[in-house]
Amino acid sequence: MENKTKKIGETSSLRQGYGGHENITIKIGGEAGFGIKVAGAQLGKVFLRMGYEMFDYTEYPSLIRGGHNTFEITIGESVSHHRRPVNLLIALNQQTFDEHLPELSADAGIVYDSERTKPTTDKYDLFEVPLSKLAKESGGSDLMKNTVALGAALAVLDAEIEGYIAVIKEIFAGKPPAIIMADINSAKAGYDYVKKNLKKKFPYAVESLPKKDSIYLTGNEAIALGAIAGGVQAYFAYPMTPSTSVLVYLAKHGPDHGMLVRQPEDEISVLNSAIGASWMGARTMVGTSGGGFSLMSEALGLSGITETPVVILEAMRPGPATGLPTWSDQGDLRFIQNAAQGEFPRMIIAPGDVEDCFYRTPEALNFAEKFQMPVFIVSDKNLAEGGKTVPIFDTSKIKIDRGKILSEQEVAKLEKFLRYRLTEDGVSPRAFPGTPGAVHAANSDEHDEYGYAVETAENRIQQADKRMRKLDSALKEIPEPILYGPKDADLTLVSWGSTKGPILEAMKDLQDQSVNFLHFVYVWPFPTPNAEKQLKQAKKLMVIENNSTGQFEGMIRQYVGRAPESHFRKYDGRPFWPHEIVEKVKTEK
Amino acid sequence: MILNPNLTNPLKANDFNSDVFPTWCPGCGDFAIWAAVKNALVKKGLHPHEVSLVFGIGCSGNFASFIKGNVFHSLHGRALPAAAGARLANHEMTVLAIGGDGDGFAEGLNHTIQTIRSNINLTYIVHDNHVYSLTTGQTSPTSVKGFKSKTTPEGAFEYPINPVALALSAGGSFIARGFAGDIPHLTDLILKGINHNGFSFIDVMQPCPTFNPHLSYDWYRERVYKLEDKGYVPDNRYKAFEISQESFSEKIATGIIYEEQRETLEGHYPQLKGSPLARQKVSVRSIDGNLAEFK
Repeated sequence: MENKTKKIGETSSLRQGYGGHENITIKIGGEAGFGIKVAGAQLGKVFLRMGYEMFDYTEYPSLIRGGHNTFEITIGESVSHHRRPVNLLIALNQQTFDEHLPELSADAGIVYDSERTKPTTDKYDLFEVPLSKLAKESGGSDLMKNTVALGAALAVLDAEIEGYIAVIKEIFAGKPPAIIMADINSAKAGYDYVKKNLKKKFPYAVESLPKKDSIYLTGNEAIALGAIAGGVQAYFAYPMTPSTSVLVYLAKHGPDHGMLVRQPEDEISVLNSAIGASWMGARTMVGTSGGGFSLMSEALGLSGITETPVVILEAMRPGPATGLPTWSDQGDLRFIQNAAQGEFPRMIIAPGDVEDCFYRTPEALNFAEKFQMPVFIVSDKNLAEGGKTVPIFDTSKIKIDRGKILSEQEVAKLEKFLRYRLTEDGVSPRAFPGTPGAVHAANSDEHDEYGYAVETAENRIQQADKRMRKLDSALKEIPEPILYGPKDADLTLVSWGSTKGPILEAMKDLQDQSVNFLHFVYVWPFPTPNAEKQLKQAKKLMVIENNSTGQFEGMIRQYVGRAPESHFRKYDGRPFWPHEIVEKVKTEK
Repeated sequence: MILNPNLTNPLKANDFNSDVFPTWCPGCGDFAIWAAVKNALVKKGLHPHEVSLVFGIGCSGNFASFIKGNVFHSLHGRALPAAAGARLANHEMTVLAIGGDGDGFAEGLNHTIQTIRSNINLTYIVHDNHVYSLTTGQTSPTSVKGFKSKTTPEGAFEYPINPVALALSAGGSFIARGFAGDIPHLTDLILKGINHNGFSFIDVMQPCPTFNPHLSYDWYRERVYKLEDKGYVPDNRYKAFEISQESFSEKIATGIIYEEQRETLEGHYPQLKGSPLARQKVSVRSIDGNLAEFK
């Protein structure tokens, strides 16, 4: 490599891509069934161990074989979100080569199968490698061409091959030695082929940085770990993309922690079972996406009126109905805020990133039990399935608070146990079934303080008011939104949930502009006192969200009484790319 | 154990009365099921705080306000999932699920089939009056063909659901039919259902004199017979199926139709071998062992 090569990680060097930051985006594409995602995750692990931060992004259709799958990963010293353009494309088939040229930076490179793919351009650095042939010569099958390609890509990036070989040995531990050997040989064959035959200049090089104590995982994996650490005793879910991997992770690892994990017949049963389990005294959580949550709406009201705590993970995807099953969207906010007939309190927490997914899950569990109401964790496909590097999770930051639960001794001291006792903060102490002296009726009918169905006007008002007081109590306890950037700015970007990543990444490129960013994780109840002040005082607001109707923007109008001056909405199933936000801000200002 | 000082010792059926007297119509079969449930709980030796009763919605669901115990009045058709969740959270608690024919065979039919096949240890009592009564007289999945109601003025068209055959095909491990006109017999069936280690399905023939007067106590008495009187042994699924195919308009078998011992859902989970989830202390768990794969 020549001197002008940019070493990613050397503070003196800059990338030529958008924004002038030290990062590089690599994209792998091929047919569904080629193992694109597995290969991508291996590559991520290699870079993690080299001391990099990263964020990955997958695109795949809703089928198992034959469609077009891609995996992209942005790596650098500091990465909040995946970025475009792509700097290195690994094309495992012709379609990948042809389809993604518009996504490439001017100085991009393409690794492709020289025997099966015909280059349709010579504008980029082309690294022609006989992927399939080298895989077979290494003792592997055609499927191992992705291993050859990754080996080749590491050579193009001037990285060492040893890290990748170590990852292969770990991931395939337990497989027959011949298969592991074939994989290692395939990786080496790709690497050596590039080193020997393709002495081209590629403007990016990746070298090891000081090692960080980081982990690399998806939002869903972080939520599953948060559920384990946060003491979930029963998790119920029915498979639905993009929430399924939480269920799968917990089904495998939950039992080691004493957690009951069950897949009932449908989402109706999921939430009703969870409510039954929670009423009996277990700390309980469910997971789904919008379609499954539609089925849960009925039981949501049951949780509301019986005041039974439950945490509901809703990982959004574009609807309505089946919609775009494997893509990303923030279109369910107002549905979640209003689902089910009648009026009752609920809380909505929308983690902004993978760290939030972990730490906010135990908080959601605490709030649900403290206020005896349904609490939502709302994410989306971009966050649920996007892998990110984060500092290693610290369980000493987690507290368990189950709220007011009366013991047998405490119940014995009462003149009478009343499950729905009228209280100032709206929370009536619970006692679990089986506690002597604490029999009661948890009732889906409007009820009196004991739980008997009662239809008087006076009682209705008392109980309805008692329940809604919990929302006021909750509003006093939930954290305020976080302001990034300067305290005062000409333009304040506002967003909620997973749009945090692309906006923070865009902010790096907007440092010469007078822009700050107000991010909401706690979305409902809304607004907290500081949020209201900040939203009212900002000079100019731009609300950025992944939906077409401006659902959070509508909440600002409704509950703060200010009409945001501007907005940026995206609803094509893709997350925001940071460069789109940069362009939008520059045009608006 | 602290006993409720207001309870008689030993317990009587009246100790399970709540402060609300039932609002059912005079002559309603629900009174008999109410009595039989209370009798069975007394015979089982349970105190109100030792039993949980999960109700659906309907005249049967209103039972929720008429009994003392840990009561959960759920949604129409959803008593079984709520009861299953409750039982999984506390596998030492006696849990009864109580609903009607609309509840269990229309709105909640999927849950009925799935919960039967799970063989979770619940006792499920269906108030089967072959009509929707709380909504004042519409057709039900068990209404006989030709049944005239407010929503089927020309007579019900569909073939009625056969609850016993359905439960048999779903793999039920305890399937019984009771009659609200015979409280001692029904009490015994419910007690046997509670004692059965697995899912107990008890379909109770219940007259509704207001909205289905044709199927009266007298109509039933002419047709009902007890299987045990015939020396029937409920250990053969094929024979049970034969019983289930008897013509409803001619003769109606009551008693245990099929029973077998099979592993329960809660018994199959290693996590539920020890103390119930609901009685465990919730504390922060270490995830150190889980993090290695993400490094």
